[in-house]
Amino acid sequence: MSKKNKEITKEKFHIGTLFRLFSYVLKSWPLFIVAVVMTLTSNQLALLGPKYSGVAIDAIANPDGVDFALVYKNVIYMIICYATSAVLSYVLAVIMINISQKVVYRMRKQLFEKLTTLPVGFFDTTATGDIISRISYDIDTVNSSLSHDLVQVMTSLYAVIGSLIFMWKISKPMIIVFVITVPISILFTRYRSKKVRPMFRERSKKLGELNGYAEEMLSGCRTIQVYNREKEIGSRFDARNNDAMNAFYKAEYYASAMGPSVNFINNLSISLVMILGGILYMYSASGMVKAGSMFFITLGGVAQFVQYSRKFAGPINEFANILHEFQSAFSAAERVFRIIDEPSEKPDKLNAVTLENTVGDVRFNDVFFGYTQDKTILHGVSLNAASGKTIAIVGPTGAGKTTIINLLMRFYDVNSGTITLDGLPIYDIKREDLRKAYTMVLQDTWLFHGTVAENIAYGKEGATLDEVKAVAKAAKIHNYIEHLPDGYNTVLSDDGINISKGQKQLITIARAMLSDAPMLILDEATSNVDSRTEIQIQEALSKLMENRTCFVIAHRLSTIKNADLIIVLQNGKISEQGNHEALMKCGGFYSKLYNSQFD
Amino acid sequence: MKTLLKYLKPYFPRMSGGLIIKIAGTVVELFIPYILTHILETVILTQKVSSIIFWGVLMVLCAAAACVFNIIANRMAASVSRDFSEKVRHDLFAKTLRLSAAQTDKFTIASLESRITTDTYNIHHFVGMMQRMGVRAPIILIGGIIITLIMDSYLSMVMIATMPLLFITVYLVSRNGIPLYKKVQQSVDKMIRVVREDAQGIRVIKALSKDKYEHKRYNEVNVGLVKDEKRAGIIMGSVHPIMNLFMNMGIVAVVALSAARVTNRLSTPETVIAFMQYFTQISMSMMAMSRIFTMASKSIASANRIEEILLSEDELIEQSIEDYPQNNRGNIIEFRNVSFSYNGKKEDLSNISFIINPGESLGIIGATGSGKSTLIKLLLRLYDVDKGEIFLNGRNVRTINRSELYSNFGSVMQNDFLYNDTIMENIKFGRDISDDEVVEAAKIAQAHGFISDFSDGYEHVLSQHGTNISGGQKQRVLISRAIAAKPRILILDDSSSALDYKTESALRNALNENLTDTVLINVAQRVSAVKGCSLILVLDEGKIIGSGTHEELLQSCKEYKEISDSQMGGAIVE
Repeated sequence: MSKKNKEITKEKFHIGTLFRLFSYVLKSWPLFIVAVVMTLTSNQLALLGPKYSGVAIDAIANPDGVDFALVYKNVIYMIICYATSAVLSYVLAVIMINISQKVVYRMRKQLFEKLTTLPVGFFDTTATGDIISRISYDIDTVNSSLSHDLVQVMTSLYAVIGSLIFMWKISKPMIIVFVITVPISILFTRYRSKKVRPMFRERSKKLGELNGYAEEMLSGCRTIQVYNREKEIGSRFDARNNDAMNAFYKAEYYASAMGPSVNFINNLSISLVMILGGILYMYSASGMVKAGSMFFITLGGVAQFVQYSRKFAGPINEFANILHEFQSAFSAAERVFRIIDEPSEKPDKLNAVTLENTVGDVRFNDVFFGYTQDKTILHGVSLNAASGKTIAIVGPTGAGKTTIINLLMRFYDVNSGTITLDGLPIYDIKREDLRKAYTMVLQDTWLFHGTVAENIAYGKEGATLDEVKAVAKAAKIHNYIEHLPDGYNTVLSDDGINISKGQKQLITIARAMLSDAPMLILDEATSNVDSRTEIQIQEALSKLMENRTCFVIAHRLSTIKNADLIIVLQNGKISEQGNHEALMKCGGFYSKLYNSQFD
Repeated sequence: MKTLLKYLKPYFPRMSGGLIIKIAGTVVELFIPYILTHILETVILTQKVSSIIFWGVLMVLCAAAACVFNIIANRMAASVSRDFSEKVRHDLFAKTLRLSAAQTDKFTIASLESRITTDTYNIHHFVGMMQRMGVRAPIILIGGIIITLIMDSYLSMVMIATMPLLFITVYLVSRNGIPLYKKVQQSVDKMIRVVREDAQGIRVIKALSKDKYEHKRYNEVNVGLVKDEKRAGIIMGSVHPIMNLFMNMGIVAVVALSAARVTNRLSTPETVIAFMQYFTQISMSMMAMSRIFTMASKSIASANRIEEILLSEDELIEQSIEDYPQNNRGNIIEFRNVSFSYNGKKEDLSNISFIINPGESLGIIGATGSGKSTLIKLLLRLYDVDKGEIFLNGRNVRTINRSELYSNFGSVMQNDFLYNDTIMENIKFGRDISDDEVVEAAKIAQAHGFISDFSDGYEHVLSQHGTNISGGQKQRVLISRAIAAKPRILILDDSSSALDYKTESALRNALNENLTDTVLINVAQRVSAVKGCSLILVLDEGKIIGSGTHEELLQSCKEYKEISDSQMGGAIVE
């Protein structure tokens, strides 16, 4: 992401994030409305409790002796209020869990689905662990804030307003106190939260970095052990760990002042209320203030007012305390949104063509390309791959062979020049169709956590077990699979240690064999397969290549020799092309390379 | 739980310091309602405005003191939880790096990762919260109970009677909560696994246009996680309303009973009012505690997961020389009747024996899955053999401590590891190696040329897993790393497969010329790579089916000859 972009995100800050986050909540608006209604009802009932208890206490304090009937009547009201309130608040909790789970489900889904639309370059430059940190820790932070704090805030808001109304009813002059102290609380909170905001951002970021490092190092755990680098890597991890924990500390250091400070302001209010209330009661009791005057107040009235002002202050207090949870939820949400806002692969053109009956005639016309602006990898490559032919690409490592594949598949787009398929520029073809037209077996094998059968069937939707077995046999991996503890149902994973790279390659070859795409890409597909096995699967591979346009990158020249067209790529340019015989005759790079295997 | 409590122990003094300050703050705060009562009960009756103001100001002072004390205590708490979780995470990561291959496989990397991050975060959060609220709430609770006992012991008993109910509720619910949160964390692991896999396999997914399928695969884990989180949330969510209900019922009972007591002159209305104040405060602190308990279940689940790693037994520890005697021969490596199986069912290696003497080299060749890499893993003691012995410099590998064992080797394994740092750093790999030595190694590994082509040379930064350089370039960087420390034994496990013939033969020559004192072990697919070795093993289904020099094997081993013929491009040469 460019620097400018980052700054914009920073400016947009909270209000944008807040609305955006809230829009997720609003997607469950029927539930949300129910929740709001329930909150109101439940709080109404909770607020009524002290009212009835106030009446009851006044009845107890009745100078003519305790009015038992009135006391018990109010006691029964209290029981009803509290019991209903408890039931409602549980139902409310369940509803809020449902809402927040819907929100996080959608966020995770959106984030993940976004990931699959991002260009492959994104994954080369973003630490996997950081992505994981966003989809787990950050979304979880949003989740706990939503499920706890949203209700809290709604409750608080209601309790604050409700208490205010009751207090207004009891004594209007005493409200003055809050007219002074509440704005102070608000201003103070705003000032503080502005100050700690960047700290919370830093906190999420550092944790992401820590996770990125941990993820990367864990994936190289075995190598670290064999080189005896545990201490060194451990101390580098420590540096990041220390950074992250300090970021946490710093955020907490400043945020932790918020709660007690607001609490102080509240206590201040209560003290003032007490002073004022005490004076007013004194005058009321001495008869200086007559009943019916707005300044008149009973002892029960003062007690109630104090109780309500505590009820009033409590939520504000609570709110100040959870404000820092909100801050972390916002910074977490920002990180999630940042990926959701990453530019996807360019969308298909509006008039993008659907591929039908692909013939497989591929042409490169004066293609220039570089992964970064400053370094061009391909310099004016032109080639013509006729339908059904095998095109081999050879050249020193780093010459740009895999780059050609990346362009064919549109993992990257050319800087200039064109690539056409059956005469159509590939940018005018629906990306999915274009990719589906190819089957590929790559140098870097990839298996996912699933059974062997699932991993092979990945190449074709709805492949039957018989089909899977047939291709596994053709790829000479059937025997190995049969000897696994659960045969085809053995669960594999990419990190799995007791499967060799050669075996993984055979599995991916079997996977490719299931596909019926008209074109094939083999990028060092058999580099880790031993040559005898390679010969054994040659027949199957030949069958796979039959009638397909094939692009082959290999060092084993045996595979290349029979290609219809051999392209020699050196420093991003095609230096020689032709079939084996022709290239051997011209005595260039290819012939030298070919002969070197007999040295 | 227990182990992590031990981690907390060194911080007890600091925590106690914070605790004292927190207690001071809380006690001062508790004075506030007491002063309130005092004003209501006595000060008002004096009819003096000045004394009301005096007591009011005293309240404000108490509030200010409470504020300052609380801030200090909160900050101390934050620093304790920082230091505590930093230490836990440090040890956890260190331990994770020491896990054996089998253990890593069992736990899975996704799960190890989430333990290092989210689980550690959960306990961090809890330790902080416990100090902030876990002190305040009980003090208010106990303090409140004591004060109310003094005020009116009869009414207090009513309140105290609700306590056992509360504790039983909390106990039952949290006990159920721990396994629920354990399940949540397991589901998190699963979700992380899918994200991790897809981030790594994005090319394949895109190439096969499997995004819909992956969405579905992810959706399954996402739905599973939501289901588990919901279940845990719904159970834990009951704590709060139940406690609230009990406390409120206590208040109701107090009101109901105080009516009779006031009539009988056992209590005054003012006491009842003050009593209610305390009761409200006590019930609020009970609520705060209920949240702590909810968090506790989650953290205990996380703590258990962390402990599972910390307490997992060190595998492959150093054994005593009495149990595993030396072989007392002058050779560098000896495999003696070694057999091994990954899953205990089918033997992956059976009865392997060979000897490498100083100055010799070993080549291993064989079909995919014949056990070549397994043999290397046993030599590096990533696993222990099931039968037989492996000796290095005459000592059984089981008796050599790890750092000494590994200091002998430089190795490149299949799918080896490059990381997001400069090429220089990737080759140095945190070892004490000079820049010159790196360049020298890179020259031998045929990597110097392409590295120099980068405008920033050795300072060129690789992306994670080295995805920004080609397969052949990766292999050469890895080989540079392996030889940079001039190891006694160099293991190349199929690590030149992506090199073209020219580069490979140049590499071979350079290795032979420059690393004369190094024993080379080369696992390869190509005969050309092993043919110069003084001993070549031909493996098939875990057994040695031929051993000897290239020439000997051409005579004695049919399979070797077949491989050789097929690779020496038979048709043209003959």
